[in-house]
Amino acid sequence: MLSFEEILSIANTKNLSFPEAFLEKQSMDYGEEVSSIKKTMESRLMEMRHSVEEALCSKPSGKIVPNTAYKIGQYQEGNQPFSGKFIARACQIALAVATYNASMGRIVAAPTAGSCGILPGILFAAKEVFSFPQETILEGLITAGGIGAIIASRATLAGAEGGCQAECGAASAMASGALTYMRGASVEAVAHSAALVIKSILGLVCDPVAGLVEVPCIKRNGTLTSLAAICSDMASSGITSTIPPDEVVDAMYKVGRALPETLRETSLGGIAATPTALKITESLKAHTPDIK
Amino acid sequence: MRLEEVIGPVMIGPSSSHTAGAARLGKLAALIWGRPVKDVTIFLRGSFAATWWGHGTDVAILAGLLGFSPDDPRIPNARKEAKRKGIQWSFREEHEDGAHPNSARFLFKNESTSMEMVGASVGGGAVKLMEIDGFRLELSGDLPALITFHKDTPGVVASITGVLASNGLNIATLTLHRQGRGKGAAMVVELDENPSKAIIDAISRCHAEILRVLPLKLGE
Repeated sequence: MLSFEEILSIANTKNLSFPEAFLEKQSMDYGEEVSSIKKTMESRLMEMRHSVEEALCSKPSGKIVPNTAYKIGQYQEGNQPFSGKFIARACQIALAVATYNASMGRIVAAPTAGSCGILPGILFAAKEVFSFPQETILEGLITAGGIGAIIASRATLAGAEGGCQAECGAASAMASGALTYMRGASVEAVAHSAALVIKSILGLVCDPVAGLVEVPCIKRNGTLTSLAAICSDMASSGITSTIPPDEVVDAMYKVGRALPETLRETSLGGIAATPTALKITESLKAHTPDIK
Repeated sequence: MRLEEVIGPVMIGPSSSHTAGAARLGKLAALIWGRPVKDVTIFLRGSFAATWWGHGTDVAILAGLLGFSPDDPRIPNARKEAKRKGIQWSFREEHEDGAHPNSARFLFKNESTSMEMVGASVGGGAVKLMEIDGFRLELSGDLPALITFHKDTPGVVASITGVLASNGLNIATLTLHRQGRGKGAAMVVELDENPSKAIIDAISRCHAEILRVLPLKLGE
């Protein structure tokens, strides 16, 4: 089983960064050269950038949700966002990519299709607003992947198994660790930013209206960018999670398993079971064309 | 989990199970059919039947049948592509007791023969084939494979593995399924490399009770 403890111990013993330590672990576990894993991640980052560009300029819309990402872009022209320039931009990108996914766009599942906006939102807004070099963004992506792999190993990345905490929650934890690494904080701070996010989304349910990856998924992609940022700031300032990060991930898994079936991607509870959601579901059924 | 699975796959949205998995399932079914797809009926089951429209499950399956991968940007236009290629297809909904929640049945036909398959999308874009012509079996499509249909008789498995051994082909996994003692049986042999035509022919002839051999060749 993967653990933050092991990655941190590799990093501290060999004086490596979080992404370097994780790459070394992956290389050992799967017998693949570090350079080759890195190359795959470079290509993933390129695909991700491509999805951001397409999503921002093609203004896609889903079956239920229209395009909303441009609105928060326009809002920034006349207002100084309370959440700051970085969050507002990250949210805009996250909304755009998640909507692009709903419109059958080509995206990188990170870690899943339903949560595919958060990581590109954080990484590319950070690149624009704080001018991080490309190499740092790539290492941020690898850091995020390392955190995702630990969550996959100790818990799950599937909404049907662990609720939305396993999808958008995990994506936010991954993005938070990426930011902390990119800021140059310690390997411990990377792990603690992820733990702080998970503690804040514990119990988040998976309740998609009509079973589609749109409501509330798309907006959760937008809002959870902010949690990633604040938890990264907290951890980088030296605030730590009282409960060790690995124990937090283990708790996340147990909470996910304890969620009733109605709140695990079955569309029988939560937002999916509200009167308006049921009306939307009916209307979608009525509009569904003949299958032939 | 591998890093490339955490940050990935690259796919056409919106759903890894209902879109990416559906495309993968269509592609796997077409590979097992092993002939140009001319006439196919697809029966959607469970949640595939309930939410196909919202997830583009129909176009994803059709795209897979055309040989497109789950990240192919042509997926949304698969209906047009299939029409251009003169494929006759139709989708139906089907309610089958005990069916996998995200599954589909395929019925392929051409002038001389037909083949039926049932497969499911099992999460994260992964799929499994669960039935061929009424035979229950399990095949992921992650590796090249041979599927043999034979009578449940002593010596069949040894004959088949003997041919593979003498040709230096390594077996990755091997599963045997039978309909009853002395009745029909199917075997799925996953391999580390594609089997050549000569090997497939040799296996077809290696035991009198082997009725049919279907290869799954990947990346060709």
